Amino acid sequence: MEKFIIWLLPLPPLLSFFLIILLTNKSNKLSHSIAIGAAFLSWLGSMVIFIRALGVREFGKNVFGSAINWLPTGATWLKVGVLIDPLSAAVIFFVAWTVLAIFIYSVGYHNFGQLKGEHDIPGLPPHGAVSKDENGHQHNVPSIEPMYARFFAFISLFAFGMYTLVVSDNLLTLFVGWEIMGLCSYLLIGFWFGKPSARNAAVKAFMTTRIGDVFMLLGIAFVYSFTGSLSFQEIFKPAMLQALASTPAFFGLTTAGFIGLLLFIGTVGKSAQWPLHVWLPDAMEGPTPVSAMIHAATMVSAGVYMVIRMFPLISAGWSEGLPLNTTMSIIAFIGAFTALFAATIAVAQNDIKRVLAYSTISQLGFMIAALGIGAYVAAAFHLVTHAFFKALLFLGSGSVIHGMEHGVLHTGDHTIDPQNMFNMGGLRKKMPITFWTFLIGGFALSGFPILTAGFWSKDEIFAEAFGNGHLTVFIVLAIAAFLTAFYTMRQITLTFFGKSRTKAAEHASETTWSMTVPLIILSLFAIGYGWVGIPEKFPGFGGIFPNWFHNFVGGTLTETPKEVVFSWIPLFTSLGVALGGLFFGWLAYRRVESPAEDKLQIPILINKYYFDELYNFVFVKPAEWVAEKFSYLFMDRIVIDGFLHGVARSSLFLGSLFRNKIDKPIINELIGDGTGNIVKNSGSGLRKIQAGRIQYYMIASLTVLVIFALVYYFLIGGM
Amino acid sequence: MNIPLSWYLILAASLFCVGLFGVLSRKNAIAILLGIELMLNAVNINLVAFWRYLDPIQMAGQVFAVIVFAVAAAEVAVGLALIISVYRRRNTVVADDIDLMKW
Amino acid sequence: MTVERIIFIAAGVLILGSALMVVTTRKLIQAALWLVSALFGVTILYAMLQANFLAVVQVVVYIGAIAVLFIFAVMLTRKEMRDNSTQTRSNWWFSALLGGLILSGLVFMILGEPQFSRLAESIPPGLDTLRNLGTALVSPGAYVLPFEVSSILLLGALIGAVYIASRKEEDK
Repeated sequence: MEKFIIWLLPLPPLLSFFLIILLTNKSNKLSHSIAIGAAFLSWLGSMVIFIRALGVREFGKNVFGSAINWLPTGATWLKVGVLIDPLSAAVIFFVAWTVLAIFIYSVGYHNFGQLKGEHDIPGLPPHGAVSKDENGHQHNVPSIEPMYARFFAFISLFAFGMYTLVVSDNLLTLFVGWEIMGLCSYLLIGFWFGKPSARNAAVKAFMTTRIGDVFMLLGIAFVYSFTGSLSFQEIFKPAMLQALASTPAFFGLTTAGFIGLLLFIGTVGKSAQWPLHVWLPDAMEGPTPVSAMIHAATMVSAGVYMVIRMFPLISAGWSEGLPLNTTMSIIAFIGAFTALFAATIAVAQNDIKRVLAYSTISQLGFMIAALGIGAYVAAAFHLVTHAFFKALLFLGSGSVIHGMEHGVLHTGDHTIDPQNMFNMGGLRKKMPITFWTFLIGGFALSGFPILTAGFWSKDEIFAEAFGNGHLTVFIVLAIAAFLTAFYTMRQITLTFFGKSRTKAAEHASETTWSMTVPLIILSLFAIGYGWVGIPEKFPGFGGIFPNWFHNFVGGTLTETPKEVVFSWIPLFTSLGVALGGLFFGWLAYRRVESPAEDKLQIPILINKYYFDELYNFVFVKPAEWVAEKFSYLFMDRIVIDGFLHGVARSSLFLGSLFRNKIDKPIINELIGDGTGNIVKNSGSGLRKIQAGRIQYYMIASLTVLVIFALVYYFLIGGM
Repeated sequence: MNIPLSWYLILAASLFCVGLFGVLSRKNAIAILLGIELMLNAVNINLVAFWRYLDPIQMAGQVFAVIVFAVAAAEVAVGLALIISVYRRRNTVVADDIDLMKW
Repeated sequence: MTVERIIFIAAGVLILGSALMVVTTRKLIQAALWLVSALFGVTILYAMLQANFLAVVQVVVYIGAIAVLFIFAVMLTRKEMRDNSTQTRSNWWFSALLGGLILSGLVFMILGEPQFSRLAESIPPGLDTLRNLGTALVSPGAYVLPFEVSSILLLGALIGAVYIASRKEEDK
């Protein structure tokens, strides 16, 4: 029964995509109803599966799985199928909730029910309609998105991709889901395709993740060629892992380590780790639900999910207590570095969504660093909690932007950027629900103690890092956590506290229920989810509830990892950085009115360490040069076109040669006209025989007779 | 008799050739017919000479000659009628001018 | 040189001479009259060959009808009283050559055949050539068919000549 449901989980969003594209494109209401209905069905199926999974003892050993023979490969079959084990059960839980919440949010975000703007062009964001109220006053109100149905089609396709990735039991269908999400990311970032910045951002996102995907595909190919299978259950058999760990591959790594590294590079691209992080901030060009879904809850999480899934492969040959193998060291390094790197950039950003983008990169770095040091459960825990509170924060920022746009339309001052935090201020009173939910999300992100989920998951990472002796990682992550709290509080202070800095902010108002209700739901998870993973040894709270998350998700591995030994140092560090960062952030920014007063507007931070410029110089410009000068001008024009022109010219030459030298003189004149002329001339010569005069005829015939007689007599024989 | 047959034949042959010469070289159409008459007479002489010398009991030679007479007469009549008719149309009896059948 | 031979030679000279005059004289009336003379010579020949009937028929038919017809035709087709242009074509020499060749060939053939130098046998005394001719012309086992056909031929020639030579309304 469960297997049947699992197979069907990705199906409703896919059907929704096709139905909207093919049939209900014209009707906005029908489109969003189909999309939300589909998301609801998948949510329902996911909840059923999750609850059943909870009921199974030792779920890690008794997973729900089903596979079919798909591709015949000689004597064997390549099997594809579905698998829900503890890890994917936890992941599908948050995927279902966030997807449903974001779908409902999108209805309000795209101003369903509002008027169509007269000047709205499909491909550009809507910019308001004019409505008359009862008194005849004209108001500028937000207008409905012109490409409303298309949006729901795309996010349905995206949901299909994510569900496929999560339920798949083999690397092939995982990669299929991965790529579908990549495509939808491109489509959705470039949703407002009329804006050149959006188009460029979409291409940049796709290209950058593609680099990662290429290496991931190489890793998948390597897996298949070594093990003969792509199913997780086949690859993770102990004997297979043993073989993988003991066979050397390139660069001094074992096969397992090399494959793990290749697959990890895919994650570096997809989860926007350094050095492939450049696409994520630009991806904020898309509508905010897109940012929430793709870049918080699902797509970037998919990268981390994949690398968590492949942990047995990455850590083959390693066990707790041993020093990390090469691949794990690389992973830990990149994760920790990215976490700090992105956090430093985030403190200097002024766009509300950019701060969250860099925050996402930083938090993903946390998860990856956790996995790199072998903290399997901590990484998974932070993945789940982060999905909830980051989606909450993005949706909240979307709500803020909507409120600001309302104010902009009201005042009519279109020069104000509704996304710039320095144009906001004092929104606490104007948009209370948004404020409280955003505050909860922000505290969760910072790791506010006890009450927020982020605290528990981050604390576990610190504990693992410290407890297993990875002190460099510990310190780097601690600094990053401090900065996280700092910029989060900066963001909240600038946006919600103080006085309104612009007229638009004064006229901001709360958004509709379809946007605020998902915020409330997600904030409940952001608070409560942390309590399912309280470590047993925690002072005070530990032991009241069993550490359900650790036992459940830890059961995915062959041996459930042991909980780390409790120590006060990581706990105090965690409390200190969180509370300290929040306090200092509030302190520093409660009086700041403009960017000029912001001491942290350091150029190198604002310009993101000039990585975009570096990549532009090193990769993009040479590629453009090759395309323009080499491929186009040289190869295409000179070589290929030259060849073609040469062929054409020689054909023409041959043709004219044949025509003028052979066809005309020989065939036309010599043979054609010549035969005619010969006949004509000989005819006109011969016709003179027929003179019409009888005597002439007689003379001629007698002459011939005489000649014949003479010939006969003298030559032949005589009479 | 003591005239050899060959004398008659030679005479007939010469008369024939004279007539032939007339046919081939005279301009006037009637003159051509005159030549034809001479040729016919030469034929008759031949026929009768052969009748007399080879087999005078059978009348084949003379009968043939009689038929030739009849034919000659018919032919002259029709020929002259034609010439007169042509003369009426074209006002000429020169054979060379009657060349409608030329190319 | 017997009498017959002399007569023969005389008749031969007459015939050939007249024939030559027929084909060379300028004036057409003279040509027709010379034809009459040639036909007379042929008559003499017939008489010498003891084809009496034919001799008479020759005079009556050829001279009396055909030659006279010629004279009529000449008269009817005269363009002008005097006709001074040459009467022979410009290539008469070629025709003469041709005739000469044919003549020499024929003479050569005649003289080469030994059969042709025989002399005539005398006619048996009881043979009535005229009667035999008449019988032969009308007896069905003999030559009645050619006789009848030639009479039809004459009829046709008669009608045809009348038709051709008659004036039609649109003529003239």
